[in-house]
Amino acid sequence: MTFLTQNPTVTSLWEFLKNKDQIPQRVFTPPPARYGGRHTVTLIPGDGIGPELAHHVRELFRFCCVPVDFEVVNVDSSMASEDDINNAIMAIRRNGVALKGNIETNHNLPPSYKSRNSLLRTTLDLYANVMHCQSLPGVRTRHKNIDIMIIRENTEGEYSSLEHENVPGVVECLKIITKTKSLRIADYAFRAARATGRRRVTAVHKANIMKLADGLFLECCKEVASGYPEISFDSMIVDNTTMQLVSRPQQFDVMVMPNLYGNVVSNVCAGLVGGPGLVPGANYGEDYAVFETGTRNTGKSIANHNTANPTAMLLASCLLLDHVKLHAYASMIRRAILSTITETRLHTADLGGQGSTSEVVQSIMNAVQSTGPQTLSI
Amino acid sequence: MAGKAWRSAILNLLRTWLSGKDKIKAQEVSWAVGAVKKGTPQARTFTRGIQTVTLIPGDGIGPEISTAVMKIFEAAEAPIQWEERNVTAIQGPGGKWMIPPDAKESMDRNKIGLKGPLKTPIAAGHPSMNLLLRKTFDLYANVRPCVSIEGYKTPYSDVNLVTIRENTEGEYSGIEHVIVDGVVQSIKLITEQASQRIADYAFEYARNNQRASVTAVHKANIMRMSDGLFLRKCREAAEKHKDVKFTEMYLDTVCLNMVQDPTQFDVLVMPNLYGDILSDLCAGLIGGLGVTPSGNIGANGVAIFESVHGTAPDIAGKDMANPTALLLSAVMMLRHMGLHGHAKKIEAACFDTIRDEKVRTKDLGGNSKCSEFTEAICQRVRDMQ
Repeated sequence: MTFLTQNPTVTSLWEFLKNKDQIPQRVFTPPPARYGGRHTVTLIPGDGIGPELAHHVRELFRFCCVPVDFEVVNVDSSMASEDDINNAIMAIRRNGVALKGNIETNHNLPPSYKSRNSLLRTTLDLYANVMHCQSLPGVRTRHKNIDIMIIRENTEGEYSSLEHENVPGVVECLKIITKTKSLRIADYAFRAARATGRRRVTAVHKANIMKLADGLFLECCKEVASGYPEISFDSMIVDNTTMQLVSRPQQFDVMVMPNLYGNVVSNVCAGLVGGPGLVPGANYGEDYAVFETGTRNTGKSIANHNTANPTAMLLASCLLLDHVKLHAYASMIRRAILSTITETRLHTADLGGQGSTSEVVQSIMNAVQSTGPQTLSI
Repeated sequence: MAGKAWRSAILNLLRTWLSGKDKIKAQEVSWAVGAVKKGTPQARTFTRGIQTVTLIPGDGIGPEISTAVMKIFEAAEAPIQWEERNVTAIQGPGGKWMIPPDAKESMDRNKIGLKGPLKTPIAAGHPSMNLLLRKTFDLYANVRPCVSIEGYKTPYSDVNLVTIRENTEGEYSGIEHVIVDGVVQSIKLITEQASQRIADYAFEYARNNQRASVTAVHKANIMRMSDGLFLRKCREAAEKHKDVKFTEMYLDTVCLNMVQDPTQFDVLVMPNLYGDILSDLCAGLIGGLGVTPSGNIGANGVAIFESVHGTAPDIAGKDMANPTALLLSAVMMLRHMGLHGHAKKIEAACFDTIRDEKVRTKDLGGNSKCSEFTEAICQRVRDMQ
């Protein structure tokens, strides 16, 4: 901290962060949970369709001989105590990576019961939610050739859960935007764009109405953009964005935004490419990563009917494999999934077909068997 | 006295006088006399004379589309007299921004207004003009019917829904603070009174327009107290209007389902921010803001109908603008005033012209000028008389 006070030329936190060599480096980086060449990954089945999809993931991994062991932690959403979710958080801290189903939040419970998913994200500081929406071959949609990467701030904004009722009948809910977190998410977005060779980042905001809050977010994005000259940066107001998404979604490349707009835009994009059953989502933090379906649906109404679409969860598990650097397995499974998608006969109900979950998973396993040498014959 | 209550007040008085049984109260007499002398807003619409409407042309393409609408109304011989006013914000005594007093006085007198697009600066400057108007006249409900226009193809067909958005509070309360340098808080305000008002309005609208169901859109799993309060009020209003079906749905589920199958939705009611995003999403489904009507309903019978697109400064003054949005909003206004015949005529002329595909403005995929489009509609209207 003495660097800041002694050096009068440091004008912004961004500059302070850039001169990292002047501050002591972090000495402790958590090691990967790899024992005997096998990774340990926390698995939180969740509610609704979560448990059956988690089962399918394990089945597929066992079939493909993926060197991943799952540590299953069940979180009971009906319990008022937070012990369950704290156990899950500890398990994720231990292993560093997790695969998660959505934990249901009963919104009729009093405000003291916080959303378990939200608690997990904020405690582990999983600040970036990344959702890559791509048009998949074989899935019939109104719009074609969509390829959008949505990067959403995951820990603050409207999801701060800070509400109070000072006067009876008047409720205030606080939306917090901080400079550090906005800079962090903007930097993440530009780094991801650079790493994947993308040319354009769009910031989504509502700064014409929320001048200070979203104005700050926009300013941070502009500041970070100046450090990446090869990537073009522009901004768009959220209502115009949704309108453009339903008329011409091909114009978007990478989009970065605060929490609530991220929720809306990611759901719109997921709907555009074929629905909640197709898109995986990833939550990245400094030290931890949690993978789940992109739109975080519990799917209560279709639970245990064998009709859920396993694609989103299976693609999320591929993202997990990429994260722990098991790239060969990841591409093998991904190729098998994409070849199964093109088979319209096997589409599940959400894609307009009549296939069942188990049929789809069986077809993926067959596709894996027919392609790679690393498979067991059944 | 609100609405038609003056008529029943006088009838009751007459009945009491004729029956001779009960003593006539002096208070009742003065009420009835006051109501007859003053007249009520609704009473005006029953007069066979000309109804005066405040017209706010706005900025950018506003003046040209307003002229187009006035021309079409003239051709249709609608009994409307226009009173033009300007609403650029001025700083009143005490530094508070307000709209010019003559505009306010005109609106209070006429109760019905038609507004073109107004400029809003991004991040700092004077407050949003639209927000100022809403606060001044307490326009609590923004109603946007989104119906697919035949003849203007979009990837979505058969859209027929209405979004009703709470217009005064919520995330747009404009209360923001810098707590510490680098930390900003923005306050989302949800009050019981406003939520109740909008919920009641939504169900009444559904009832008056023969709509089958109302869906409340919320995010109560995250914003438990605020959206929880909104949801409670919607449930209470649903109890009072049992003939209309009521469902509640999360905002993200609505967005997801809206882009996959918009036909499943009917009337949607929601707080301010979600309403803003969803109503623009629905406008995008039918073809954009250039063809979407919108109405703002306020307390005391005030209603301002507006076109919701921007001022389009790049095409201002070049006779390229599309007056459809303002025209459809004006049609919504005629329906609100009870002039259904004229409304149907003008709307049919507009849709027929678009369907015909011969005369279309650039944004609808044609090459015609605004004046040619207007003239085509006027011609059709005249032929219909």
